[in-house]
Amino acid sequence: MHIVVCIKQVPDSAQIRVHPVTNTIMRQGVPTIINPYDLFALEEALRLRDKFGGEVTVLTMGPPMAEDSLRRALTYGADRAVLLTDRFFAGSDTLATSFALATAIARISEVYGKPEIVFTGKQTIDGDTAQVGPGIAKRLDLLQLTYVSKIGKLDLDGGSIEVERRAEGGVQVLKTRLPVLITMLEGTNDMRRGSMKDALRAARAEVVKWGAKDAGIEDMTKCGLRGSPTVVKRVFAPGGRTDKAEFITFTDKTPIEFGDELVEAIFKRQPAVEDDLIKHAHEFAAY
Amino acid sequence: MIEERFDAIVIGAGMSGNAAAYTLASRGLKVLQLERGEYSGSKNVQGAIMYASMLEKIIPDFREDAPLERHLIEQRFWMMNDRSVTAMQYRSDDFNEDKPNRYTIIRSQFDKWFSSKVKEAGAIVLAETTVTELMQDAYGKVIGVRVDREGGKIMADVVVIAEGVNGLIGQRAGLRDAPKPDQVALAVKEMHFLPSDVIESRFNIKGDEGVVIEAIGTLSQGMTGMGFIYTNKESISLGIGCLISDFAKTRISPAKLIEDFKAHPAVAPLIAGSEVKEYAAHMIPEGGYKAIPQLYGDGWVVVGDAAQFNNAVHREGSNLAMTTGRLAAEAIFQIKSRRDPMTKENLALYKKMVDDSFVMRDLKKYKDMPALLHTNSQNFFKTYPELVAKAMENFVRVDGTPKVEKEKATFKAWRAARGIRGLVGDVVKLARAWN
Repeated sequence: MHIVVCIKQVPDSAQIRVHPVTNTIMRQGVPTIINPYDLFALEEALRLRDKFGGEVTVLTMGPPMAEDSLRRALTYGADRAVLLTDRFFAGSDTLATSFALATAIARISEVYGKPEIVFTGKQTIDGDTAQVGPGIAKRLDLLQLTYVSKIGKLDLDGGSIEVERRAEGGVQVLKTRLPVLITMLEGTNDMRRGSMKDALRAARAEVVKWGAKDAGIEDMTKCGLRGSPTVVKRVFAPGGRTDKAEFITFTDKTPIEFGDELVEAIFKRQPAVEDDLIKHAHEFAAY
Repeated sequence: MIEERFDAIVIGAGMSGNAAAYTLASRGLKVLQLERGEYSGSKNVQGAIMYASMLEKIIPDFREDAPLERHLIEQRFWMMNDRSVTAMQYRSDDFNEDKPNRYTIIRSQFDKWFSSKVKEAGAIVLAETTVTELMQDAYGKVIGVRVDREGGKIMADVVVIAEGVNGLIGQRAGLRDAPKPDQVALAVKEMHFLPSDVIESRFNIKGDEGVVIEAIGTLSQGMTGMGFIYTNKESISLGIGCLISDFAKTRISPAKLIEDFKAHPAVAPLIAGSEVKEYAAHMIPEGGYKAIPQLYGDGWVVVGDAAQFNNAVHREGSNLAMTTGRLAAEAIFQIKSRRDPMTKENLALYKKMVDDSFVMRDLKKYKDMPALLHTNSQNFFKTYPELVAKAMENFVRVDGTPKVEKEKATFKAWRAARGIRGLVGDVVKLARAWN
């Protein structure tokens, strides 16, 4: 069995800094990680391989430094890593990205064997669109199972797979034919710790590097900025709140004085609360 | 299955580990470096000042691509009390040279770069891999390491232990004792982000020029300790460290110390309006010459902070780490070239090389300094700074008091605080420790 897992190297969103003066995102020096959702897909793929045999190929598109995330995937136990990197890919939106990845997967099928399953995470943490997985499925004419929470029965001979899919209001149990594209939900498994053997192999492995031509892409107008109708107009951090909290000091006051002052301060700022309270007080009195 | 075998395993990817791994790999040895953090630098904390000449001996053209912040053209020594600073300052345009002598660096970035060089040199670097113990044969010879991964038994001719100040592996294997509380300092540090032009105007510098401030005095509240302020490109590193035994005794919280330091009237304007984006704490070896443990044995050597290599007087730690890492590697390479085994006898070469280098000679020079400063910390870190501040104020303030009386008042204050014998004694002790 051959499984292809698409991963993406993303900035660690927990460590992104905003420039204190210009309020723009400081990309420099932000550590990168494998998109956390992709790890659930990768672990699921590794489990299937361990059970049924075969190979797992990880694929990413990105700058040369994206090799780090591929090597990490190899450390977890993936068998092969393919890096799709070319200046033509710079500035790709989800349309151009799914085109490039789909073409590369078609090429992978020719070189390393046709995959029964293509995995992606449900979405990335930097783009959050959840469009690339379905985009790949459409272009490769694969059936697609999105937001999968559990892989059920896989019947390689019969060519079918059964999964649980989280949907609004419940869980769907779905069965479909192979080959299939699956986007995995978070929390479905725990990523393994690669063995020493895998770690050493990963450190030495050659990552396969393909430019656009190597991946079999002929129409460059579908790549990168040119192939991307989405335009990012501005990236910014929302400004802080302008209204400041008012502080009331407790020192040298009796609790009653402090309470009076507190209530007064609230009424001063929210006269409606005071009116409301008085109204209800009358009602209570009448009662 | 036959276990994979390496010429050398380096435990740790800090300054000493990277220096050792790079030197070994670039001489063609088969090297495995193991780092418990996510990447080299993820666990490493330093002020940080990097000394060029020690790195030049390892990577001569490091300036081409190493991430350096600012080269230092000015050093300020501050003696502080709660309200004042008495300063000595050395600034020289000679430090604006082609190949500057000292740089501020940010370790997480610098170490990543250093680690990329180690990989380029041919070493296998495995991060997120913790060595759990040294494997020893029946005779106690170290023959490899065990790590926290499945199938994690790896053999090597020699293990370079570069595991840092609180290295548990060497302690567990009985190669050395845990550092004592009066041999290690705890330093806390914050990174204050400011635009580069603000930093340049506040510190009176331009371009890539940088300033170092080192401060002693009442900021350590009588404990043996020191504060520092270093300029990076777009941030200021600010911190303070004191002996752990002093923290234990006084029960003062390090967080409180750094807050007070930041609020000091001479410090607050330097960092005003900054945004703290990082804070860190780390231990620093302070035991000096007398705390240095056994450095080598059958199948192992220990380098850097793990071996207490730190010059507390000159605030040199990372360059001693780099140098001992490099020397250990050179010794191993020599032994290997002669096709000799990595026995205790042969690895004594490393100790000899360290003894002959500036590392041991400097540490030996100051061998009595830790004991002196640690036992008289009240005098050196509280009483004298207060006296100096009082003397300076008497000297500077003009209020119609005759100068003779002012000088008398100053002298009286000094005598009252320490007594003539105490004053002379302190001078003699300090002079002796210096020599």
